[in-house]
Amino acid sequence: MSKFKKKKDGGIPAVNTAALPDIVFMLLFFFMVATVMRQNTLMIENNLPFADQVEKLDKKDLVMYIYAGKPSENYKQYGTEAKIQLNDKFADVGEIAAFIAAERASKREELIPFLTTALKVDKGANMGLIGDIKQELRKVNALKINYTTKKGSVFGRD
Amino acid sequence: MAKRASPEVNAGSMADIAFLLLIFFLVTTTIETDSGINRKLPPMEDSDEDVIIKEKNIFTVLLNGKDQLLVEDELMELKDLRQAAKEFLDNGGDRSCDYCAGAKDPSSSDNPDKAIISLKNERETTYKTYIAVQNELVAAYNELRDKRAQSLYGKPFKEMEANYNDVNWPGNKEKLKEKIEQIKLDYPQKLSEVQ
Repeated sequence: MSKFKKKKDGGIPAVNTAALPDIVFMLLFFFMVATVMRQNTLMIENNLPFADQVEKLDKKDLVMYIYAGKPSENYKQYGTEAKIQLNDKFADVGEIAAFIAAERASKREELIPFLTTALKVDKGANMGLIGDIKQELRKVNALKINYTTKKGSVFGRD
Repeated sequence: MAKRASPEVNAGSMADIAFLLLIFFLVTTTIETDSGINRKLPPMEDSDEDVIIKEKNIFTVLLNGKDQLLVEDELMELKDLRQAAKEFLDNGGDRSCDYCAGAKDPSSSDNPDKAIISLKNERETTYKTYIAVQNELVAAYNELRDKRAQSLYGKPFKEMEANYNDVNWPGNKEKLKEKIEQIKLDYPQKLSEVQ
């Protein structure tokens, strides 16, 4: 019996936490690498629709983002109709042309034909607004567009 | 001289500091979606000359303000749209297309080159439904192209495109591009939107 007693008299040894910083650092590095700092603060609800025939948008610097959707909780005073957001503020349809021109001016000339306009539109928005945006984009000859969507089946979602 | 033992630096709080940073990055991270359906808008110039297209070569898809779908003057559920579009595109009514597997119905489209899908929506249509319909129509094209690529080159079209975009792919890109163009020519994506 004395054999068993001998083992126990040290008490339960403390768990070695020396590797804890390593694990935490590992997670930290993952998140540091995966983080993309948001360019724009969204003032609208932006719940993207689902689609499964998607293509990836590469070359992040060659993408212009146009957001649209209902004003979010904090911006209720702007109404409940879907609105367009360019950069950090709400905009009218008419301001799109100027926005595109400004984006183009900030890029090197040879890259301009490759610019894509990504439409990040809330799934509840009406097509009327999007039709207007598209019309405006056609006017300024920004013809490459991308409807940004989440990846997933289109069925059985509501 | 007495040898002084340098005291060990206490690294016990390193984990806390790392946790602090970790939580900061966790909170600020937004994994951004950067994929979607690519489309090309038609240029603005309006030509006066009307292009004459036979009625049978147009596949009309109408989306009304209540998100209901009217395809070729018949109500249709979204889930049937892909199949209907495929049947229309792959019909090959004038028998000039030897790879079409469709019904060869003379009252439907002549060949994939002539077949046009026309999508019309109203202002009240919700974006979600519009995207779903776009997705189904693109899926119809993609499935036909996949099938064609499988029979010609033994691998699906998607894989060929993925290979083409992959920098590390070891094969001959020139040849691959030719093949991709060939399939795009066999099933050209003619999807027009009515304003």
